[in-house]
Amino acid sequence: MSALLKIEGLSTHFITEEGRIKAVDEVSLRILQGETVCIVGESGCGKSVTAMSVMGLLQGGLGVAIDGRITFQDTDLLSLNKAEIRAIRGHEIAMIFQEPMSSLNPVLTIGEQLIEPMMEHLKLNKKVARERATALIEQVGISRSKQIMNSYPHELSGGMLQRIMIAMAISCGPKLLIADEPTTALDVTIQAQILDMLRQIKEESGMAILLITHDLGVVAEMADYVVVMYAGKIVEEGEVTKLFEDPKHPYTQGLLRSKPVLGQRQEELFSIPGQVPNLLELQPYCYFHDRCEHCMAICRTQEPELGVVGHQQKAACWLYGEVAHHG
Amino acid sequence: MSTYITKRLIYMAVILLAASLLIFCLYALTPGDFISGNIKLTPERKAELREIYGLNKPLLERYATWMNNAFHGNFGYSLAQQRPVLTLFNDYIWNSFLLAAVSTFLTWFIAVVVGVVSAYKQYSWFDTLVLLLIFAAMSLPSFFIGLFLIKVLAVDFKWLPPGGMLTTGSNATGMAYIKEVIHHMALPVIVMTILGVGSLTRYFRTNMIEVIKQDYIRTARAKGLKEGKVLYRHALRNALLPAITLVGFELPALFGGSLIIEKIFNWPGIGQLYMSSFSVRDYPLLMGFTMLIAILTVIGTLISDLLYHLADPRVRLH
Repeated sequence: MSALLKIEGLSTHFITEEGRIKAVDEVSLRILQGETVCIVGESGCGKSVTAMSVMGLLQGGLGVAIDGRITFQDTDLLSLNKAEIRAIRGHEIAMIFQEPMSSLNPVLTIGEQLIEPMMEHLKLNKKVARERATALIEQVGISRSKQIMNSYPHELSGGMLQRIMIAMAISCGPKLLIADEPTTALDVTIQAQILDMLRQIKEESGMAILLITHDLGVVAEMADYVVVMYAGKIVEEGEVTKLFEDPKHPYTQGLLRSKPVLGQRQEELFSIPGQVPNLLELQPYCYFHDRCEHCMAICRTQEPELGVVGHQQKAACWLYGEVAHHG
Repeated sequence: MSTYITKRLIYMAVILLAASLLIFCLYALTPGDFISGNIKLTPERKAELREIYGLNKPLLERYATWMNNAFHGNFGYSLAQQRPVLTLFNDYIWNSFLLAAVSTFLTWFIAVVVGVVSAYKQYSWFDTLVLLLIFAAMSLPSFFIGLFLIKVLAVDFKWLPPGGMLTTGSNATGMAYIKEVIHHMALPVIVMTILGVGSLTRYFRTNMIEVIKQDYIRTARAKGLKEGKVLYRHALRNALLPAITLVGFELPALFGGSLIIEKIFNWPGIGQLYMSSFSVRDYPLLMGFTMLIAILTVIGTLISDLLYHLADPRVRLH
C-alpha cells in the first residue's frame, strides 16, 4: 500500500523573544491509506503542532518557521500557495479539535456551519448542501436532524457538538481525518461512543485517521500504528500490539506503567519522575536523560537517533545503540 | 417578548420618575435663580417677579406643577427667551443632530474598517501606524484640534468657512442652501470624527484580536474557507457584538449636542443653547434638556438590549 501522507524531517519552530522554540524537531512519519496512526505524548510534546503543520494552519503566522517535506498523495503541501492548500483543507484532509464547545461559531446555526465546506469544495448549492447536511447529522447518530440544523451551538451538549464537528469533517469525503484529542473534553461514556463512530466511519469510507491523544486507552482501542513523541521528537514508533507488549524506550515504558489497571489497586500510581524539559534550553543530548532510570554517560552528551529495534519498531535510545547501527 | 417589553417600559417609567425628582431637586437646590442674577431689578420688583413665576412656592408644589405639565407634553417657557422650551429644542436640536449623525456614521465606519484590518495585520507597519494615530487622536484636546484646523483650513487655505451654519447675510434656498450647510458643517464634522475615532478604533481592534484567537476561527480555516469569509462571516459578527452596548449610548449623544465644538464653530446647536441658558440660570430650559437626555438614555439602553437579542442567539430576554 502506498503512503497517503508522508512527513519527512518536519521541523516547526516558533521564534520568540526568548529564543527559538523547537516545538516539532525533525519528525518523520507516514500514514497508509485507511490506516489509523496515533501520536501519543504529554502536553507540549509537539503532537498538535505536527497536525497543525500538516493542515497548513500555522503557515504564515508570525515567528513560525516550518522546514521539511509533507507529501500528501504526491503533492508537497509545504510548497503549495494559500489557495491550493485551502482547496485540500476541509476537503481531502479534514480536522476535528479538542474543545467541541468552542470550536463552533456561537452566532451561526449548526446548519449554516455544516454546509460551508460542501458549498466551498463540492460547489453544491445551498439547497442540496442542506439536504446532505441533514443526512450527515443523522449519520453521526443525532435524531431530530431538521431541528438541529436550525439550532445554535450553545443549545447542544459537548458530545453532540463533537458529532457535528465529525459530520462537518467528513462532509466532503476526506482521505485523511486529523483528530486532535477529540475525546479529551468529553466524559467517558461519550468518549467511547465517539471513538466507535470514528472507527465505523473509517471502515465505511476507507479514510485514514491521524489521531492525536495522550490517552493510552484510546490508542489501544483505535491505533494500527503508534508514534510516541517527547519534547518535539519521536522517541519510539511501532505497530500497536508490539509497542504495547514490548515497549523499548524508557519513556514509553514509563507511560505504560503509569496507566492504572482495572481491578488492581496500587498504593500509589506510578509516575515518571521529573518534568518535561523547557523547549528553549534543549542541548544535543537525549531529552529524556534526566528522567530516565537507565541514564548512561552517553545520554548526557549525545543525541540518540531513531533506529530499528525490532520488527516494525523503532526507538531513539542509547540502550539500543548497537542494534540501531547494525539494524 | 411582549411581556419583556412591558416590564421594561414599567421600569423605564420608574427610573424616569426618579430621574425627574433628582434633576428638579439639583436645579432647585442650586443657589440663585433667573431673577437674582439681574442687578438692575429692585428687591420689590424681584419679589413681584418671583410671585409671577411661582418661584416663591414650596419646593414640592413646584415639582408637582412641573411634572404635571411635563406629562401633558409641556416643559414650560424659557425665562430668558420667553418661548416654549420644546419649540426652542425643535429649533436647535436638529442642527446638533445633523453634526452628530454625520460624524457618528463616519466615526463608526472608519473605526470598524481600520480596527478590523489593523487587528488582522497585528504588529504590521500598518497596525503600528494606526496605533500611533489612535493615541494622537485620543490625546488631542478638542479646543486645540478645532482651532488648529480653523487656522489651517479656514484662515490659511480658505477652503472651508471657519464657523456658523450659513454665510452671514445669505438668503440661499433649496440646493444652494443645502450646499452651503454642507460646506459649513465640514470642519466641525472632521473635528468630531477625529476626536471620536481613536478610542472606537482601538475598541474594535481589541475585540477583533480577541475573536481571531478563538477556536471557531481555527475551525473555519480548517474547513478551507476563504480568508475573507473567515473574517467577515465568522469573525466580524462576533467582534461587533460588544459594540451594541455603545449603540445605546450613542442615542443621547446624537441629540445632546456638543458644548465645545458648537462653541468653537459657532454652530447654532443645542449645546450652545444649553451653555447660554446656564449662565442666566434659565431653569425650565435646563431641566427640560436634562430630562430629554435622561429619556433618550433610557430608550437607548432598551434598544441596545433588544439589539442584543436580535444579534446574539445566546442572549435570552426575561
